[in-house]
Amino acid sequence: MNSPLLSSWFGRGEVAAPVDIESATLRSDRFRLEREGDWKRLEDIVARMEKGGLSRIDDAELLALPTLYRTAASSLSVARETSLDAATLRYLEGLVQRAWFQVYGPRQGFFAWFRGFLFGGWSRAVREIWLDICIALFVMVAGAIVGWLLVVRDVDWYYRLVPTQFVDTRVPGASREELMATLAVEESASGLSTFAASLFSNNAGVSILAFALGFAFGIPSLLLLIHNLAVLGAMIWLFDSAGLGIEFAAWLSVHGTTELFGILLAGAAGLHIGRSMAFPGDKSVLDAAAESGRRGAVVMVGVVIMMIVAALLEAFPRQLVEGAGSRFVIGGAFLAFWLSYFFLYRPASAAHESEAAG
Amino acid sequence: MTMATASPSQTRQAAADKRLRQIITPEGIALPIRVAGRGSRLGALVLDFVLVITAMIAIYLLVIWLAAELMLASAFGVTTGASEAVNIFLILTFFLARYGYFLAFELGPRGATWGKRVLGIRVAARGGGRLTPEAVVARNLLRDIELFMPLIFLLVAPSGQAGSFGLAGLVWFLTFMAFPFFNKDALRAGDIIAGTWVVEAPRAKLADALSVNGSAANGKSDVTGARYDFGEAELSIYGEHELQVLERMLREDQPESLAAAHAAICRKIGWDPGAGDERAFLEAFYAQLRAKLEGDMRFGKRKADKFS
Repeated sequence: MNSPLLSSWFGRGEVAAPVDIESATLRSDRFRLEREGDWKRLEDIVARMEKGGLSRIDDAELLALPTLYRTAASSLSVARETSLDAATLRYLEGLVQRAWFQVYGPRQGFFAWFRGFLFGGWSRAVREIWLDICIALFVMVAGAIVGWLLVVRDVDWYYRLVPTQFVDTRVPGASREELMATLAVEESASGLSTFAASLFSNNAGVSILAFALGFAFGIPSLLLLIHNLAVLGAMIWLFDSAGLGIEFAAWLSVHGTTELFGILLAGAAGLHIGRSMAFPGDKSVLDAAAESGRRGAVVMVGVVIMMIVAALLEAFPRQLVEGAGSRFVIGGAFLAFWLSYFFLYRPASAAHESEAAG
Repeated sequence: MTMATASPSQTRQAAADKRLRQIITPEGIALPIRVAGRGSRLGALVLDFVLVITAMIAIYLLVIWLAAELMLASAFGVTTGASEAVNIFLILTFFLARYGYFLAFELGPRGATWGKRVLGIRVAARGGGRLTPEAVVARNLLRDIELFMPLIFLLVAPSGQAGSFGLAGLVWFLTFMAFPFFNKDALRAGDIIAGTWVVEAPRAKLADALSVNGSAANGKSDVTGARYDFGEAELSIYGEHELQVLERMLREDQPESLAAAHAAICRKIGWDPGAGDERAFLEAFYAQLRAKLEGDMRFGKRKADKFS
């Protein structure tokens, strides 16, 4: 089966099976011997497709594949009714199943899919979960306000909300200069790319978590959003109380417009799954979950890409670009880009629409 | 020993049939598909984990070793660039190992990771649709909360720093591990979200036709020249199950089990068992029994085993 000589298979496969059909006494064995050349040819094509996709077979084989598949499938249904040869039946069932997976396998490779994803698929999926995005946005804003209000009422909340690794000089009571220093630029770019890589790994992990937790009817996704944004709200309060609100917002906006947008989409995708499982409508829960899960997965591939962009922005421009104005320009430009990509960019692709619906 | 003990294999058959599903292809052909057993899925997962973790350790050691070489090479100083690159490489590799390994292999034409291939199972779209990249992405993102998150909790737990997180992780882990036991298709949470399932992907080789040569073809023994002809009464004792057991024994060709089967059949049909010509006898008996059963089959008469 491994590396068969092509020529031997094209010689009608008789090289491998030089058995005289008439010598078989059983009718079912004669039936099998008459057809096994086709079966073996199909097996060979399928085996090569399994190894390397369509590139390993030529056009003639590609054309023959559906016919051979149907031949094998009808052989199987005949053999089930007429033959008691268990080994042959098992072989045929396995062969037809393998061929079926290839004939009805992925119509496009990963790169073709990815191209479709970038040019339309992603933004369509984002638009399809608009309601969940609205809910998640509301929850995030509410989370930030809650964080702010909690710290305003009781400063101890700051230490509870903000994780220890962030508590350096950015604590209540810090002087304006100390806080200003945390927003300043780095002297050199060294070390920043490691920072970017770990940021990406961490943030992508958090957003995947926000998505996956949607499985429990979306509640944990929302809690995660509230918690993360409450931390942000507390930090905004800290900087604002030192009169650095604008500077902090500028510092944050460089990567924050991309990162927070990504987290928003991840939470919305998780919520989308949870919502469709809680309210499946006239579909079964499993069907509803599968449909929304696939849509959410498309959004999530995009979120991982956004996290890469955000990590690069966070590590380099944010640490190297000075001045609230230019920071706002970078952040605002990215926000405008994402918004127009998701909501204004609507390439027409009828084929995709029908496939997504089917 | 052979023909009499049908019950264990029959119960195994019943268990396998419980996992049997029919999908109807667009051509209208009913294709049998077996949902993969939970044991083989666990086995595949363990294999994949061992593979990924071994690869990670190997890469880590290699990188550390290379980094040490680099440090030595530039003893005084300008190593920040190199060590930074090493760090980035490690962080990204671990990220890819965590999310990319399963994704890349399940997106391929085999629809299976190496562990799944070893155990002969693959991912497929539930209900017989096309397996789309979105579905594979979705089922693998869910793996994160099913496995990696609770495992990290559990790993952190012994340090005592996390407190009851360890216990929470264990409960979490067990909840998701129990998922496949509460639905008939053995779906894990990721399968539910993605609309996929894991099925057996058998890769059988086409065995030789048995009635082509030897005494199966004409009933004549090459060794003794004797001719085996069985009558209607002798052939109507056994059914399809015994026929297939006999087929398996003929294909495996173990002298001891052939002798045992020979003795058992002779006793049952009242022949005097000789010795030395067991295979020819069994081949002839197999071919004639199969001819009879298949002939009956064409008239819609089936005999499942010797009890029916």
